[in-house]
Amino acid sequence: MTTPIIDLQHVTFKYHAQAEPTLHDVSLQIFPGEKVLIAGASGSGKTTLLRLLNGLIPHAYTGDLTGELTLNGRAILDQTLSELSLQAGTVLQDSDAQFVGLTVAEDIAFALENDHRPVAEIKQAVATWARRFGLGARLDLTPQMLSGGQKQRTAMAGVLVDDGKLLLFDEPLASLDPAAGWEAMTMIDGLQAARDLTVVIIEHRIEEVLRANVDRMIVMSAGRIVANDTPTAILQAGILPQYGLDEPLYIQLLRQAQVDVRQLPDVADVQRVDVAAHATAIAQLRVPIQPSVHTQPQLQIAHLDFQYDKNQPLFEQFNTTIHQGEILGIVGKNGSGKTTLSHLLTGFLMPDAGDIQLDGQSVLSQSIKTRAENIGYVLQNPNHMLTKSTVYDEVASGLVLREVTTDEIETRVRAVLRLLDLDEMRNWPIAALSFGQKKRVTIAAVLVLSPKILILDEPTAGQDATHTQELLTFLTKINQQEQVTIVIITHDMHLLANFVQRALVVVDGQLLADTTPAELLADEALVKAASLRTTSIYQLAARLQIARPEELNAAIQQQTHGYNKV
Amino acid sequence: MNNTLFGYKQRHTWLNQTTGTAKLVGFLALTSIGMLSYDTRFLLGLGVLAIALMRSAQIKYREYAFMLKLVLIFAVINLIMVAVLAPQYGVQLYGTRHVLIGRGYWALTQEQVFYECNLLLKYLFSLPLAIILLFTTNPSEFAAGLNKIGVSYKIAYAFAITLRYIPDVQRDYQTISLAQQARGYEISKQATLWARSKGAVQIILPLVFTSLNRIDTISQAMALRRFGREKQRSWYQEQAFKNRDVIVILGALVVVGVGIGLLFSNHGRLYNPFHTS
Repeated sequence: MTTPIIDLQHVTFKYHAQAEPTLHDVSLQIFPGEKVLIAGASGSGKTTLLRLLNGLIPHAYTGDLTGELTLNGRAILDQTLSELSLQAGTVLQDSDAQFVGLTVAEDIAFALENDHRPVAEIKQAVATWARRFGLGARLDLTPQMLSGGQKQRTAMAGVLVDDGKLLLFDEPLASLDPAAGWEAMTMIDGLQAARDLTVVIIEHRIEEVLRANVDRMIVMSAGRIVANDTPTAILQAGILPQYGLDEPLYIQLLRQAQVDVRQLPDVADVQRVDVAAHATAIAQLRVPIQPSVHTQPQLQIAHLDFQYDKNQPLFEQFNTTIHQGEILGIVGKNGSGKTTLSHLLTGFLMPDAGDIQLDGQSVLSQSIKTRAENIGYVLQNPNHMLTKSTVYDEVASGLVLREVTTDEIETRVRAVLRLLDLDEMRNWPIAALSFGQKKRVTIAAVLVLSPKILILDEPTAGQDATHTQELLTFLTKINQQEQVTIVIITHDMHLLANFVQRALVVVDGQLLADTTPAELLADEALVKAASLRTTSIYQLAARLQIARPEELNAAIQQQTHGYNKV
Repeated sequence: MNNTLFGYKQRHTWLNQTTGTAKLVGFLALTSIGMLSYDTRFLLGLGVLAIALMRSAQIKYREYAFMLKLVLIFAVINLIMVAVLAPQYGVQLYGTRHVLIGRGYWALTQEQVFYECNLLLKYLFSLPLAIILLFTTNPSEFAAGLNKIGVSYKIAYAFAITLRYIPDVQRDYQTISLAQQARGYEISKQATLWARSKGAVQIILPLVFTSLNRIDTISQAMALRRFGREKQRSWYQEQAFKNRDVIVILGALVVVGVGIGLLFSNHGRLYNPFHTS
């Protein structure tokens, strides 16, 4: 029997700052050459577990720890962070913040520089690893010039340059668009095989991680390991939803078609699972898609020109119309102008030429403050928006600054808080909120000004299945009850396929398509240009030769909406 | 958007190709002797040298215009403060008193004017040298240079990493500022100073928190790749010393030698045109 590379026995850990342990009696073993997915909803303890493996606990975070932890047969606690780092390389979640070098080359070289190795040797190693990760031509680029995927590849090269055998990934998909995420998973799979690595991936997006052909899945919930088995066995057992995790979309579809997943072999691989017998049942789930009925123009963007740099125009003669009451998605690869477009709408940036009209009136002469009263904008990072100490004050501040009477403020703030299910938390300190709750507070703070249009930048980034579902419920409510037009900038395929009514594909300042999500996802060239990736439903439909897979998406949409009402 | 590193750009001049260490040594040598000496002729010579170097470094005016204005404002304030706080310091230094206007303690003397001109010259020669050093040296190589002349590598690296994250913090600042304006804080020029400063406070808080988060991640990322384990570290960007670098350092030493020679021939740090014996 082989000895495990990682061995945890009865580990319980409590952060000093917290009253309750974050991990309870965790025991697990990971063997050389395995690819293991550690999955769990927010707050399940999966990040804490990773910190135990790479030594950040106890070296950077202190707390009370009991149990046995060994890495390569030696107690983790007896080793320094440096010793551990030579055995286990960590790729952190935020690929931008962990990029410590001024350029790609220096970032890859960082660990070797710290080992005081000769410069000639470092240069050789950097060249080799950069080539392996397709970064050979980008050695001199700064992180500001790289895409998320390139930054993550730099991080991987910077860790593997040590020739370590164990790689730990903390939410590798979080800062990537779907196409880059798919590539990253493919790369991890290939790398593991080629270099005989052991790989541990912490993620909650199971659909995408299965692409890396993981051997084992460890499911965590409330600080405990609740399942530890092959992906097939775990999917057969159907336990993921009860722990706040989304099953892969094709599995959701199979369940809806009454396929008995419990005995289905190869159920974790959408390319191999044998469901040919159920093709008819699955095809019958198709729901005709209702075309969007919104035709009343609300916001018109006409002949818009904009450039950051004199020689690089981004938008040239950009035209589009946003309709009253619709849910619009703006998609496109990173750095192609989506956020710039929203900044032009909110007045954060001024166009060089052209006009933006709201209900027939140009908004260009309005200040940012005035424009915010009609076009609300929720930033991706809630920490960029929150400045007050309590939920109530935060939501009220926009009204206070507009000199609304105290009584009216009270009424409006409470109404918005109730709408977003925050009323009971109105006196909570902001600091005590989770990321998802903070996000909701920022939406409330924008919504309290009663904007006609609400723009959200990546609203589901960093949120697990439960929180995403909650958010969509609120947005639906706002859209239907308050007739607020919703514009979402996103790469979230689930959001795009199941929530958005109309999609704009913006790539390099060009409006490549103005279409329904279904048609967008059916068009392979467009999907590629927008750096998206069709979901497993499309793969399953292709195998079963079911036409119009978008109508299968709609089936899942109905199911989720049903779930909302419960 | 702006992707240059704090003014550093790859230019194909000999000053760019000189190693950071050599430039740093040269800079320190010239500025030290320049700060020490009050020989106007020497300072003028240094000024001419600095401007000549600046030309050969091919740095354009608009690249450093902001820095120049900032330093000039600072210099003027400094000169006024000297005139206000020590109006007779020139007299005390040069030992003579030639009144230009006014009388008594507040009289403006030729000696004072001459002394302050020397101060101004010091600013004028050291600024171009600093600009050359910063604008022609890759920040990492600069850090390597600092480390090589004896600065602890942790401090040297702190310098490089600050430059790495300046664009990110700038971007955070802009985003937060715009978001707060949308919330209703007036930061634009239309608002009163009070309203603007209140608005500014609203930016600082989230900026501090996001920056602290960032620092947390960075320090973890660095620790996980063994920063600080060894007593020394190597530098990817370090350049090997070439003849050019030796010449630069020798050149700087010659200038220092001239400065020291003048210290002796002047019998001190001052060059005294008022001395009439």
